[in-house]
Amino acid sequence: MNLVTISGPPSSGKTAVILKTAESLKQRGLKIGAVKFDCLYTEDDVAYEKAGIPVKKGLSGSLCPDHYFVSNIEAVTAWGVEEKFDLLVSESAGLCNRCSPYVKDIKAVCVIDNLSGINTPRKIGPMLRMADIVVITKGDIVSQAEREVFAAGVYAVNPGAVIMHVNGLTGQGAYELSTLLFDENQHIDTLKGKKLRFSMPSALCSYCLGETRIGESYQMGNVRKIDLKNN
Amino acid sequence: MTQNEILQQSPQVLIEKYPFLSSFFEGQHWMSGLNPAQSLAELFVLIDEEFAEDQAFDADAFIGQLIDFITEMQAFIGNDSFKVNKLTILPGTNKSGEPEGFEKLDFKPKTITSIVGPTGSGKSRLLADIEWVAQGDTPTKRKMLINDQLPDSVWRFSGNKKLVAQLSQNMNFVMDLTVKEFLELHAKSRMVSDADDLINRIISSANELAGEKFSPDTAITALSGGQSRALMIADTALLSQSPVVLIDEIENAGIDRKKALEILTGEDKIVLMATHDPLLALMADQRIVIKNGGIHSVIKTSSEERALLAELEQADNKHQKMRTALRSGAVLQRENE
Repeated sequence: MNLVTISGPPSSGKTAVILKTAESLKQRGLKIGAVKFDCLYTEDDVAYEKAGIPVKKGLSGSLCPDHYFVSNIEAVTAWGVEEKFDLLVSESAGLCNRCSPYVKDIKAVCVIDNLSGINTPRKIGPMLRMADIVVITKGDIVSQAEREVFAAGVYAVNPGAVIMHVNGLTGQGAYELSTLLFDENQHIDTLKGKKLRFSMPSALCSYCLGETRIGESYQMGNVRKIDLKNN
Repeated sequence: MTQNEILQQSPQVLIEKYPFLSSFFEGQHWMSGLNPAQSLAELFVLIDEEFAEDQAFDADAFIGQLIDFITEMQAFIGNDSFKVNKLTILPGTNKSGEPEGFEKLDFKPKTITSIVGPTGSGKSRLLADIEWVAQGDTPTKRKMLINDQLPDSVWRFSGNKKLVAQLSQNMNFVMDLTVKEFLELHAKSRMVSDADDLINRIISSANELAGEKFSPDTAITALSGGQSRALMIADTALLSQSPVVLIDEIENAGIDRKKALEILTGEDKIVLMATHDPLLALMADQRIVIKNGGIHSVIKTSSEERALLAELEQADNKHQKMRTALRSGAVLQRENE
């Protein structure tokens, strides 16, 4: 089985891109499965089901979504292997822009959109910088110039990546992306022993443990203070 | 440059040597507050561990990216002299697997090709094939040649070097900048060294196209529909480095469409235009008819069609004149025959 992790800011068009890409892969006779990681709510699993793609959804609720991802991706991979998928796509939203739920040796795709603002490529951390493929969406509604400026911004933070434009509505570029996602020679049986490309954001403070009161005396553990003097 | 050599250099020296690196270093948050005259090796030691973790900074990965960036940018700038003199499509098949109705289709700079066919007939696929420089590996099995040769894979994978620039009706400016600032930003991303002259040319070209003139200090979001379209066309013609321009209909409002095409072809662009407007379709040198996912036929614009175009243009001129007159508050009158 092939495994691909796809992440990107909320509403950047991840699901649309995956669905269009999956169409092309299915036409080649490949069996696709998906897993959707989100925080509180998602209806994307319905969209996958409608497209005939078996899907599992995981909501992290009050946990850090990326910690939740890494604690579950191995079991989900086992599910995919059991279902005999040719390709399992893991979709997760990057919420604090710091994280990269990317695994070493597993293809990583970041989806960002042209509307998100010209400085966005710089604001997004490893999720963009560590991706193998960067997919830029919503190119049909901004000017050519803005598309070029945005792509140059992405390029400056991740020069090694394949940068491509995919239209989630018409599917333009999705076929091309599909050729990069599936590799006949890759066989993932388990993720046991694999490593994250990067450490997750760390936290263990009183608020992680359910504290709700505000004030110095309630703050314990890994706490950091804003520097108001030299700010 | 090897990893060790680069470690001994300072960002300052590197930027002097490769000016394009300034945009790369600007995106490096970990460098803020550090002295760019120190070597990278020295700087790495100074990075606060906690900060490095916050920013997920990895020195090895950083050096790898820096080397990638230098190599690719050098190729990008060096390839500037590479010109696409001819783009060729070799036929594939339509949706039913039947061969397409042409032997070889050439596109040359300064020429216009119109694309006709119902929605869903395969226009997007054709454009995608061109953009992806298809090599028999797309559903249509078409193959593309550039200058009669198999194309370099850089056209597919590079973020900075794309074969096709697109102009479509739904496009809008979304940045909050003035026309001048916006063009400066675009010029910077294209590594243009002497941007001022170019920016002035773009603005004056755009003003030639638009019915109402705008100034360099106008906010791009405040431009009218016609003005934005005019600016997009002039900017694509003069500043975009993609040799092929794909136009998805140009609306007939507030813009001189004939001049727009002239500006694009004048800048050596290969123009492809999806349109069902006879005035535009007949301005093309040839037109591609798409049916059932494939190219059904290629028609050269005949002399009869050209004569017809002249008639259409007269009617269009009349129409445009009335539009201008209406705008200035005139009462329209029947012209003397």
